[in-house]
Amino acid sequence: MTVKELAEKSGFEALNLGEEGTRDITGIYCCDLLSVVMSKGFSGACWVTIMGNINAAAVASLTDMACIVLAEGAAIDDMLIKKAEQQDISVLKSDMPIFETALKINGIING
Amino acid sequence: MSSLKFHYVVDKTDFTRAGEASSDVKGKLRKMGCDPEVIRKVAIAMYEGEINMVIHAKGGVIDVEITPTDIILVLKDNGPGIADIEKAMQAGYSTASENIRSLGFGAGMGLPNMKKYSDEMNIDTVLGVGTTVTMVVHMK
Repeated sequence: MTVKELAEKSGFEALNLGEEGTRDITGIYCCDLLSVVMSKGFSGACWVTIMGNINAAAVASLTDMACIVLAEGAAIDDMLIKKAEQQDISVLKSDMPIFETALKINGIING
Repeated sequence: MSSLKFHYVVDKTDFTRAGEASSDVKGKLRKMGCDPEVIRKVAIAMYEGEINMVIHAKGGVIDVEITPTDIILVLKDNGPGIADIEKAMQAGYSTASENIRSLGFGAGMGLPNMKKYSDEMNIDTVLGVGTTVTMVVHMK
């Protein structure tokens, strides 16, 4: 499933769709500690986190993840969105907690 | 066949710009048609090095050399040096400040990640003088 399809089916607001949302999602990954994400985040991952600062964009890009889903209605730094636009990174927003967000995504892509 | 060389200066204070050098190298490797997994390894190893330079060493310089067989990253700083390399290599050991931790870093994974994602790594450090980390990622 592509990021764009996920955005449409989940109802999560797309704050930015990099590469027009055409990236394929290969799995779901949840973590807030960027140091750990750098180690464990995988290519094509749909990354669910509350870390809405600019460094999240760099981490998502460098680990080649498919998209960031900011959960818990987390505060989002404007610079994150700016960076996401520059680097073609998709960012979606969910008001649900991380677990429920990931569960919903799982239902959509694997259900 | 000759090699390509690039030089980057890592800003000492601007945490928000950390990652620009790694992103640039990632873009160059992608344009060269490099294997995606090799690109990922280089990007992660280099970004961790960049972050370390910003956190611990007030910046530094990175030299990247791309040869037909390897990507060689040399990260040099004039920071405080690493007192105990063995400890620093342990996952979870960190000397980063609370401020750094609140940004999501400083969990003591930097050097272990650099080791994990490079094929060869060497740390040359002198207390009070600085640290040079050399990493090599092989082309597939």
